[in-house]
Amino acid sequence: MTLHRKFAAVAVGAFALTAAGQAFAQTEIQWWHAMGGKLGEKVESIAAGFNASQGDYKVVPVYKGNYTETMTGAIAAFRAKKQPHIVQVFEVGTASMMAAKGAIYPVYQLMKDAGAEFDPSAYLPSVTGYYTDTDGNMLSMPFNSSTPVLYYNKTAFAKAGLDPNTPPKTWPEMGEFSKKLQAAGIACGFTTGWQSWVQIENFSAWHNVPIGTKENGFAGLDTEFKINSPLHVKHIGQLAEWQKSKIFDYGGRRSDSAPKFYNQECAMYMNSSAALAGIKANAKDFEFGVGMLPYWPDVAGAPQNSIIGGATLWVLTGHKKAEYKGVAAFFNYLSSAEVQADWHQFTGYLPITTAAYELSKKQGFYEKNPGADVSIKQMTLNKPTPNSKGLRFGNFVQIRDIINEELEAIWAGKKSAQEGLDAAVSRGNDLLRKFEKENS
Amino acid sequence: MIKRVTFKHKWLPYALLAPQLLITLVFFIWPASQALYYSVLQQDAFGLRVDFVAFDNFAYLFSDPTYLESFEITIMFSVSVALMSLSFALILAVMADRVIKGATAYKTLLIWPYAVAPAIAGVLWYFLFNPAVGINAWILRAWFGYDWNHTLNGTDAMLLIVIAAAWKQISYNFLFFLAGLQAIPRSLIEAAAIDGASPLKRFWTIVFPLLSPTTFFLVVVNIVYAFFDTFGTIHATTRGGPYGATNTLVYKVFNDGFIGLDLGGSAAQSVVLMVIVITLTVVQFRYIERRVEY
Repeated sequence: MTLHRKFAAVAVGAFALTAAGQAFAQTEIQWWHAMGGKLGEKVESIAAGFNASQGDYKVVPVYKGNYTETMTGAIAAFRAKKQPHIVQVFEVGTASMMAAKGAIYPVYQLMKDAGAEFDPSAYLPSVTGYYTDTDGNMLSMPFNSSTPVLYYNKTAFAKAGLDPNTPPKTWPEMGEFSKKLQAAGIACGFTTGWQSWVQIENFSAWHNVPIGTKENGFAGLDTEFKINSPLHVKHIGQLAEWQKSKIFDYGGRRSDSAPKFYNQECAMYMNSSAALAGIKANAKDFEFGVGMLPYWPDVAGAPQNSIIGGATLWVLTGHKKAEYKGVAAFFNYLSSAEVQADWHQFTGYLPITTAAYELSKKQGFYEKNPGADVSIKQMTLNKPTPNSKGLRFGNFVQIRDIINEELEAIWAGKKSAQEGLDAAVSRGNDLLRKFEKENS
Repeated sequence: MIKRVTFKHKWLPYALLAPQLLITLVFFIWPASQALYYSVLQQDAFGLRVDFVAFDNFAYLFSDPTYLESFEITIMFSVSVALMSLSFALILAVMADRVIKGATAYKTLLIWPYAVAPAIAGVLWYFLFNPAVGINAWILRAWFGYDWNHTLNGTDAMLLIVIAAAWKQISYNFLFFLAGLQAIPRSLIEAAAIDGASPLKRFWTIVFPLLSPTTFFLVVVNIVYAFFDTFGTIHATTRGGPYGATNTLVYKVFNDGFIGLDLGGSAAQSVVLMVIVITLTVVQFRYIERRVEY
């Protein structure tokens, strides 16, 4: 046998082996996700747990970069007919996913077709509300959801003569407390991460005022923004006023302002409940506490409930029926109380089912980690209204950029709160109309 | 005297050109034609529905005041980047050309930044100037009393991305300038020195004019770099903010297309960008090249 032939024989043998192997293999389910670092390892261990729990299916998690990269990657794959079964999509991509009717396999439908056990009422309504259609059907599977809370520096509070166990409850108190903190030598009162999400979107839900018409876009694509209402203008105007004396200090669009809280430049910080782990790791020289978001006391019905951010798992069409059975089985495993409670306690994301919350309580997690349940209390404070169910706007990734731009112009004093918010509304509406045209 | 070569076979010149033509076709002409095609369409992200909309995408662009502002921003950014990277590179090259001891070490060190990816360069400078923890921001505040804040101040943000984008390009320009300098006959400079011309005078009357082909080439390359290759730097630092102060044309293309998934609008923008760069290059070759002495 020549060397060539030998090589060919080996190759054929290897091919036959893999082919045979595939025939007996479990059904593989591709799961594209955006969880890097520690969170990514946790995702791997969830998949491994599911794979070990049964023998028919094998979930293969694939890290695809950040949220935007994962979503655009999955969409490009769909166009090339190479899409994964499950893709993790962040909340601002919800409207785009929902509008892609032929591309997504709604979760309620999937569970029904697969004959899997599925009780939508087991999930926290304020979480699933974001991802249900107007008939109350769940379209995607909640995975990692968080909500903004108020972190405060207890050590600085004590130094300023404030009670370290009483965070400010209202916006006027935010101002008073900040002034006292500044008098005690702290450079800035408070800062915020993700300003559009915290100071506009959650602010609206928390005060039970609409972000946009048509139930914040849930009831139709012909929605328009409402974020230039007198209450919004008052709030943003107050923050702009405070920016001058550094009662409020802007620190960037995403979580760029976190170091201001870590190095005690700012004594209070509003950001996602999932920022808890980072704060724990970085708040070395001070004690910190967690409080609910402040509200304006003169607004009737405030505080209502806050809304979520984070991501859900969407199922894409175009695969075999048997494979979707595996997806359904995996979703059942994923929402079991044990898996959820573990995920919630490890990451600071919300538990998506009431059972997981109860289990965490029973395990004494909240006693050991004070403040970890503020997010859940805030989410479940009241039954969600059409204003506080969530939001669903097309092109929202770009619209958030517009809101960011206009807010920055307001903080810098280039525009008044009214001018900036009016501009955000009119520019945002243009993009909503564009989305409506593309999808109706 | 240029040597003329004639081929006996008719197909040979085409065959020799073919690889280059193929590359141009696959990597330049084909994508450009796709951009043109997409720019007249409007489609949802998944490509489930595609509508022909003629020039709607363009009409929308030019009715958007922020898009027009983005032109001014881009011009300011590109000119600043080109000026800054060229002038620093020239100074460094002239210095390195005069160094006798350890010249290779200097040169190697000066070339290093070119190996840094644009996004990394951006993050590096972003961190140095971070208002909360950056050492440069701290120095500015402590020594000069300047409250640097690129998250809020548009001028600061623009300066930041100009520095980050230019810093990387200095190495590239440095290499070319140094090669250009070394090609200048020593005898010319020595003769001028004997005639009593000061180093500065020698530079402006002999070296600088003789460098003009290099300078011209670098101006073209730098402008194209600033126009096209800087979205990574911007994405890793300011993301076009604050209030659009660093939203250059190419960043908008990237952001609308790959983040916002608005393929039609993004394609229309890249067509506009294509037209601008073609015009710029033609202008540069027509009017500026005439004044270059080879």
